[in-house]
This record gives sequence, C-alpha cells and structure tokens, in this order.
Amino acid sequence: MTHIKVNVDGTSYEDDVEPRLLLVHYLRDRLGLTGTPIGCDTSNCGACTVDLDGATVKSCSVLAVQADGSAVTTVQGLAKDGEWTGLQRAFHEQHGLQCGYCTPGMIMAARDLLRENPQPTAEEVRGALEGNLCRCTGYQNIVRAVLAAAGRQDGPADASRTAGAGGAQVTEEVGA
Amino acid sequence: MIPPAFEYARPETVEEAVRLLGEAGEEAKVLAGGQSLLPLLRLRLAFPELVVDVGRIPGLRGVREDGGTLVIGALTTHHDVIHDPLVRRHAGLLAEATATVADPAVRHRGTLGGSLAHADPAGDLAAIVLALDGELVAAGPGGRRTVPAREFFVDYLQTSLSPDELLVEVRLPKADGWGFAYEKFHRVAQSWAIVGVAALVRREDGHIAEARVGLTNMGATPLRAAAAEAALAGADGPDAVARAARSAAEGTRPGRDASAAPDYRTHLARVLTERAVLTAAGMG
Repeated sequence: MTHIKVNVDGTSYEDDVEPRLLLVHYLRDRLGLTGTPIGCDTSNCGACTVDLDGATVKSCSVLAVQADGSAVTTVQGLAKDGEWTGLQRAFHEQHGLQCGYCTPGMIMAARDLLRENPQPTAEEVRGALEGNLCRCTGYQNIVRAVLAAAGRQDGPADASRTAGAGGAQVTEEVGA
Repeated sequence: MIPPAFEYARPETVEEAVRLLGEAGEEAKVLAGGQSLLPLLRLRLAFPELVVDVGRIPGLRGVREDGGTLVIGALTTHHDVIHDPLVRRHAGLLAEATATVADPAVRHRGTLGGSLAHADPAGDLAAIVLALDGELVAAGPGGRRTVPAREFFVDYLQTSLSPDELLVEVRLPKADGWGFAYEKFHRVAQSWAIVGVAALVRREDGHIAEARVGLTNMGATPLRAAAAEAALAGADGPDAVARAARSAAEGTRPGRDASAAPDYRTHLARVLTERAVLTAAGMG
C-alpha cells in the first residue's frame, strides 16, 4: 500500500492505495465520483478524461499514486454553487450529446482547448477532440457547443474582445 | 482491466533510480509518463515486480542549448516538446511529428524519453531522432554514456539500454536551414502510423544537396532509407525525387498486421517518401 494525498474537485483526501490502482478507479470506487465514466479502458476513447494539475489526462492511463500531491478536477467539479459553466450550458443548449456517455470527457477536453486557444476554429475544435470518441457519432453538435461556448466564455472571450478593440484603435491611429 | 500487482518506488534522484533498477534487474520497469506502460499493464502484457516511477526526478525536464546541439530532457512531455521555442526553431521536424502522436491528453503525460525507450517501431519519434542524427544519453551505475540513435534501437521494443540504465537526455544536432516534413499514414486521427516517413532536406542552388529519410513501422526498429538518401543527392526536381523515392523500402523488412501487408507497406514507404521529400525541399 502507498499513502497518497490528493485534492479532488476542491476536497482533500488521504488514502492508502495499491500501487496498481488506476486513477479512474480511485475516483469512482473509492471517492464515489462516478461522473467520470470508464469507456474503452484502452486509452482510446477519452470518456474518463479529467484535469490533473491543469492539463487533461485519461484517468485510465494514470495510476492513483502518480496523482499523489496533485489537484484533480472532474466534470463534477466544474459547476460553482450549482451554476453550470458556460461550456456546460453550451453542451445543454446545443444538444451536444446523444447518449451522454462521452460527455464528461468531451467537456473536459473542450475546457482544456479553450484555456489554450479561447477562439478556436471548427477545425481546431475537431483536432482538440481527436482523443474523445462519441460512438453515437454526435460530433456536429459537440463541435457546435464548443464553438458557442468560445463565443461567450467569460474570461477568454472578454480577453480576446479587448485585444480586438486594441487592434481597431491601432488601425484608427494609422488611418489618422 | 486492472493491472497485475507490483511494488512501487518513486526515487528522487537519477542515482537512486539506477540503484533500484540494478537491484531488481529484469523484473523492474521504468514509469515516466506511463502512456505506453500503463496500457501494457492493463492488457496484462507486462508483469513487472517493481515499477520505478522516475516522473518526479528533478532536472530531467525541459530543453536547453549546448552549442550546436539541442538537449531535451527525457521527461519532457510531448506537449512541451511541441510548444518549445527552441525545438520549433532548431528541430521543427520533431515538433511537427510529435503533434501527430496520439491525442492532447496523452501528449500531456507521454514523454519523449519514454517513447524512445519503449522503442515501438510504430511510434513516430524514433524515426525522427534517427533522421536528425540524434544521440541518447543513458545514466548507469558507472556514470553516463552517449549512444547514437543508429545503435540505440536494437529490435522490436528493445533498445541498447541495459536493465540498470535510465535514459536521461536526447541530444539533437540543430537542423537549422534544413527543410523538413513528416508524412504519417494512419486510419484514424489518434491511431498508430501504418507507415510514417520523416524527411530532412538541405538544398543548394535549386537542387537537393543532402537528404535524410527516417522510416516508421517498416521493420522491427525505426530505419533510415539509405538507398533513397543516396539517390536523392543531386535531385533537381519532382521527377528526380520520384525516381529516388522508389528505393525507399530497399533493405527493409516490413511486418504484417491487421492494418497492412508487407507489400502495401513497401508501397506506402515509396509514396510517402516522395511526398515528404517534395514538401521538405519546397518542391511540392
């Protein structure tokens, strides 16, 4: 057994775990956080994607002991005070799901994309979701949802609008 | 599936890791990012008694310059390689090829050193390091030694690392002024290369002065297409490149699997070599 300390969705946990325990099993079986599903169990499908210290990982491909001392965010940790994030609302409004099994992973992967690239093109969204499979093949609305979220996510969208306004000012000055 | 049980150690220095590996011998596996090892463990294709997690050893991450050489720490993740300004400036081929590895979540965890030490001939990065004439630095009980990439990859999933050695650095001569391209043929976005071809081209007076071609998945190890490289020297246009590319599979022994038969891989190697060289030479 190995002793680990992990912060998951803002709560700190300490546990003795077998070294072979996968992070996804720790989240689901030990902490009861079943919002993160197990899909393929072969690193392909991305359903189990979570955020580990600020970057997405497939939690079936990380040992719980590797997350010792780290902060994990699952899809269940995104909403604040019962309020969905803009990205979650966008998945709801654009109907970015059919059976819903891939949705937690899709949302975590899309969130990661929007942090690095707040205004992605549809092509960039598809590229960023290459490791997340929707076996209902509901990709059109998933891509639509991510694009919709990019247009209204508070932080990133505001930042890029400010940059755009600055650019317009420069143009005016040059024109004058 | 649930991996088989193993003992776990998380050394804090290279020396401690080497000592642990030496004590366990063939029964130990090194864990870096885990993106090759964990799938193997889950499928129960590997049964190590000890997993040595080197992921937190300081000093093995990041990219630095050493004169005309780029030095990449073995634990540098694929994501960090892709975005590193030094890699982009001096080894653009590596950045381009790394961006085709798996998917963003895997690239956050997977490491350059781990990928090379795993030595899967279908992995993209071995052929890249081979084409860049790279060297690998291994730490062992007697200190460090440097191995040319040509001697590092020995057989399917086998390198010249001994069980008590740890890959710590990848050294790449700067490829400033070389055009480059990586052509990867695969079935879906995140899947392995059925065949991949890496090309580096140096041009002089409108013709190809020198070309290097690395092959992914054309045998048990990554390979250089020596015959095509020789034939490409002096090529002055697309027709000459196409003729030279016909020898791309010479001396290779491509395997057969669910994706392709050997003769199809031979065909792919020729076609992809032509495409990669034309792009690298700016003749495409």
